Amino acid sequence: MNNVLQIAWLIPVLPLIGFIINGAGRNVLSKNISGFIGSAVVLASFLLSIYVFIQVKNGNTHVAHYFNFINIDTLKIAFDFKLDQLSSLFLLIITGVGFLIHVYSTSYMHEEPAKDFAKYFAYLNLFVFSMLLLVLGANYVIMFIGWEGVGLCSYLLIGYWFRNNDYTNAAKKAFVMNRIGDLGFLLAVFWMIAKVGTIDFDQLFTIVSSPKSPLTTFDLTGITLLLFVGATGKSAQIPLYTWLPDAMAGPTPVSALIHAATMVTAGIYMIARSNILYTMAPLTQHIVAVTGLATAVLAATIALKQNDIKKVLAYSTVSQLGYMFLGLGVGAYTGAVFHVMTHAFFKALLFLGAGSVIHAMSGEQDMRNMGGLKKYMGTTHITFLLGCLAIAGMPPFSGFFSKDEILAAAYANNPVLWGVGVITAMLTAFYMFRLYAMTFHGKFRGTQEQEHHLHESPIAITIPLIILAILAVVGGWVGIPEVFMHGGHRLEAFLEPIFAQSNAIATKHELSHNTEYTLMAVSVVGALIALVFAWNKFSKYEKTEKESTGIAKLLENKWYVDELYSAVISKPLKSLSLFFNNIIEKKVIDGAVNGTGKAVNYGSRQLRWLQSGQVGAYVLLMVLGILILFIIQLFL
Amino acid sequence: MDIKAYIALSLTLFTIGIIGVLVRRNAIIIFMCVELMLNAVNLLLVAFSKMHAVSAAAKASVSYTADAQIFVFFIMVVAAAEVSVGLAIIVMLYRNTHSVDVNFLNRLKN
Amino acid sequence: MGTYITFPELLIWLPLLAGVLSFFTKREQAAKSMALIFSLIVLAVSVASLFYTDAKHITWNGANYYYKNNIGSTFFVALDGTGRLLTLLTAIAFPIIFIATYRNKYKNPASFYGLMMLTQAGLMGVFCSMDALLFYFFWELALIPVYFLCSTWGGEKRIQTTFKFFVYTFVGSLLMLTGIIYVYLHTPGRVFTEDGTQTLHSFAWSAFQNAQLTTGDQNWLFWLFFVAFAVKMPIFPLHTWQPDTYDQSPTGVTMVLSGIMVKMGLFGVIRWLIPVFPHAAAQYSHIIMVLSIIGIIYASCIAMVQDNIKKLVAYSSIAHIGLMCAALFSATQVGVQGVMLQMFNHGINIIGMWIVVDLLEQQTGVKKISKLSGVANKAPVLTILFVIIALANIALPLTNAFTGEFLMFSGLYQFNGWYAAAAGMGIILAAIYTLNMIQKVFYGNSNSLVDAVKEISLNEKLILGAIVCMVFFIGIYPQPLIDLTRGAVSDLLMKMK
Repeated sequence: MNNVLQIAWLIPVLPLIGFIINGAGRNVLSKNISGFIGSAVVLASFLLSIYVFIQVKNGNTHVAHYFNFINIDTLKIAFDFKLDQLSSLFLLIITGVGFLIHVYSTSYMHEEPAKDFAKYFAYLNLFVFSMLLLVLGANYVIMFIGWEGVGLCSYLLIGYWFRNNDYTNAAKKAFVMNRIGDLGFLLAVFWMIAKVGTIDFDQLFTIVSSPKSPLTTFDLTGITLLLFVGATGKSAQIPLYTWLPDAMAGPTPVSALIHAATMVTAGIYMIARSNILYTMAPLTQHIVAVTGLATAVLAATIALKQNDIKKVLAYSTVSQLGYMFLGLGVGAYTGAVFHVMTHAFFKALLFLGAGSVIHAMSGEQDMRNMGGLKKYMGTTHITFLLGCLAIAGMPPFSGFFSKDEILAAAYANNPVLWGVGVITAMLTAFYMFRLYAMTFHGKFRGTQEQEHHLHESPIAITIPLIILAILAVVGGWVGIPEVFMHGGHRLEAFLEPIFAQSNAIATKHELSHNTEYTLMAVSVVGALIALVFAWNKFSKYEKTEKESTGIAKLLENKWYVDELYSAVISKPLKSLSLFFNNIIEKKVIDGAVNGTGKAVNYGSRQLRWLQSGQVGAYVLLMVLGILILFIIQLFL
Repeated sequence: MDIKAYIALSLTLFTIGIIGVLVRRNAIIIFMCVELMLNAVNLLLVAFSKMHAVSAAAKASVSYTADAQIFVFFIMVVAAAEVSVGLAIIVMLYRNTHSVDVNFLNRLKN
Repeated sequence: MGTYITFPELLIWLPLLAGVLSFFTKREQAAKSMALIFSLIVLAVSVASLFYTDAKHITWNGANYYYKNNIGSTFFVALDGTGRLLTLLTAIAFPIIFIATYRNKYKNPASFYGLMMLTQAGLMGVFCSMDALLFYFFWELALIPVYFLCSTWGGEKRIQTTFKFFVYTFVGSLLMLTGIIYVYLHTPGRVFTEDGTQTLHSFAWSAFQNAQLTTGDQNWLFWLFFVAFAVKMPIFPLHTWQPDTYDQSPTGVTMVLSGIMVKMGLFGVIRWLIPVFPHAAAQYSHIIMVLSIIGIIYASCIAMVQDNIKKLVAYSSIAHIGLMCAALFSATQVGVQGVMLQMFNHGINIIGMWIVVDLLEQQTGVKKISKLSGVANKAPVLTILFVIIALANIALPLTNAFTGEFLMFSGLYQFNGWYAAAAGMGIILAAIYTLNMIQKVFYGNSNSLVDAVKEISLNEKLILGAIVCMVFFIGIYPQPLIDLTRGAVSDLLMKMK
């Protein structure tokens, strides 16, 4: 209990305090104060996270126990925080990137009324709180609390402009899709409780990896698959990815924070945390890898034809998340976590850059109406370019190192996976530079008014951009592959204890240095070709009114997946519900109940005719009755 | 004499009585038919009593052989009382409604 | 037994007294204040009873009066873990209801408040009685005032609705009475030490558990009792009285019905059904769980297409109760513990929901979801409080319902994984209909109807604030409630084994 890391509770509680202050005082706080509080609490968490990180780096990992959340004889769930390499790394990413985005928001959201401004910061702080809870939780239930919490915050922030029905629809969709995933997560948790009796990470993983594990391969596969269902919901993988592009309805900084840098990586975090379970369930690993890759390709193809600047970035996020799952699936856990980190830097940068552009364009998001912004927005342009290079995997930017690590592991696992991965990387380079060229080059295609209004964004926006750009460039240098520098992969060394059990079980594929060089060269050259091609095609883009046809139309309409879901799931569900309501409920059940009443009524009315009041009729009946009795007596 | 003849006669009388009650509408006639039925039963009782008395089984206990005939007296007394009350009712009905048609007298209905 | 009065007696007599006195009050204010004051005293008593649960104070928690020449029935009331939990819920609910509906005007208020207090007395009696005849008496005492409340102060279709409600519950009650008498005739006799009276049979709870019943007897008696409880809960397909009744009753009564009365059914299963017929309960658990799970999905689906906001809440309640019933029959410690928690939580949450729904209906005059829009523009505090309660209702973590539902699902899973998965569909559907409702009613631009909506007043803020506090407290630290009922849960499980 006396461990210095016991104070870790402050890390999530600080943003919670920020949430409470901003939420309760939204009618009294001025914009400056609520913005300051919102950012300051996250900064404080960030500083604490650095402290925790240094402690952990010095080998001081710790499980901080606070109180028993649920304590029944057969089930104990403690409110514990786990401070180890993995969680401390995520702490840094969440609070660090989170802080920058808070600062950015103070300027970006400045036109909102003070009340909504405070509400916005309250939600952002609540989000940071939930995300920190998710990362810090030392068992699946605490993780799940954060897991649902981020879903809720995402719902609140997407629907931030609640007067717009489309936005609230998108918010609802996000929440419901997340809930579908959550059900999978929960079922996995129940499965573990039923079979193992504990869901505490340390205990569970020790039991599972011991020879006397109560889990069969079937159990392991089932549990990991259900957890993966949860991850597909949160991290927007096939089949539950469609909410993420719609989530762009929220304010742009929110897209940057939640739908790019942090929340969507929760699924990757969870699987990395449960890596031992996945390593022991190879079938699930294959499914994860294939799903991830399929999502990566699908999303990349859709991104090719999108014209909304945020939508392109959204699909690129889905695609990059697919990469991370590919990494997890082929056992490159470090690679996946590495990509989470670099992706957080460059994707936050790209979104914030896009936000800066949208800000300058007075809310315009359609790239066809942009162009030539280079000369108006110097800082945004440079930082955005750096982000594009990073995501395209150009050496020596950060994306290159993490992507390369995943691709190398995929090649070792199965060259086909690698091949598709490289094609996706080329697509990525293509659509990113299409975006870049259409936005910053060529001539301006917007209205006069917009052109007049064009300006570089204020300092609160550009500073985060610059910091993130630096990180996007140098962020990859913590994981330089062995071939370039012996001991250069400091991240792998740092995370080694987390994945030690998995690495002990998994078969190691060692690639020769020559193969690695070749792989790198192929992917870099491929991406470069795609980049140049996109540059040539779109740097002189002119607006056309031509209706696209064939495959282009298919891509523009996102493979009609939304329509498919609507036709296969939403509509039948609604018809079923209407059927229940109108037929079963009203006709069958109420019919039976009222029918009983009506039958009694009708029967009585018929029987009433017997009481005719005619004495003769009574006598006749009596005689008949006696006769019948006689007959029964005599003959039966 | 054979008991069957008595049974046949009494059943015939009883049936006539029933049919009369069922088909006639005049209260007086219905009344008479009821009496007919009662007397058919009386006849049967007397006949059975007579026949029973001769049977071997009955000779063992002499004191019970006349029970049925005593019953007949009861019935006749009750019938007489019934006739007096019933006729009085019919007379009252006739005074009030100027009719002795039973179909007309369906106030019990509803 | 000492000469002092015990907790269960206080809990029963105080509301009964208030109810009877209330009929003699002349002014509305007097009836109102008396009901409120008495319900607050009852709350105080109930809270006090929580501090004397140890064995040392056992004489404070039970009373047993017998009458001369009885037929084996005594006035036997006692508080155990389950009883304590539910009496606490009842004691909390009534003051909340009275304060929340403080501004509502009723014609003939003396009778209204009198009947409400009588209902409370009946409910307290149901949760305390340890004697079958007494239980039946209080069961009816709780129901009969409700018939009058619905038929006198209800909406325009109140007569039909009350009639349906009456027929449903009365058929159930009579079946149960038949069952009680049958079991009674098979109980061992009893000698009263007090005066040496001897009876052939006994209505006592302990005697019922020792009744000489063959397996065949148990099987059909089980259903007699179960139908009575299932109507009350309600379990599919005996539920159709509920949406109509919730829709037509005055809101105060609806809160009692949905917050507490449905728990009577669950309580009946816990106190009587399972202990008296343990074999039949185990044998039929699959059928009942399947019915409950069908109910969950069915009711959730209907809730999705409901346009009447009151019926939507009613159907969501059916779904939640279905889950509780399924978890109860899972006969696992986690599951049953979850049911205990959730009985309390559901009561709190749904009363909160009704308060908001009632406010909306009173201010706008409609209860159609499609006619409302953009309430958040007019009443942000109301919106925030309602969203919190609604999210608690769909079991978001750190709200009270999450702990309950988590445990219940966990228990259900231990019983049968597929059942848990099927019931889990309810979680998704619940999210859909709740968010739909929030979106349509609170979000968007406000229309002319909604312009009349005012921000909530202080007493409503206080009440909803108190509910929200309870939501979070139990959501973050549910252990006190778990500890309160832990003994009762393990007793019950011992009987099921």
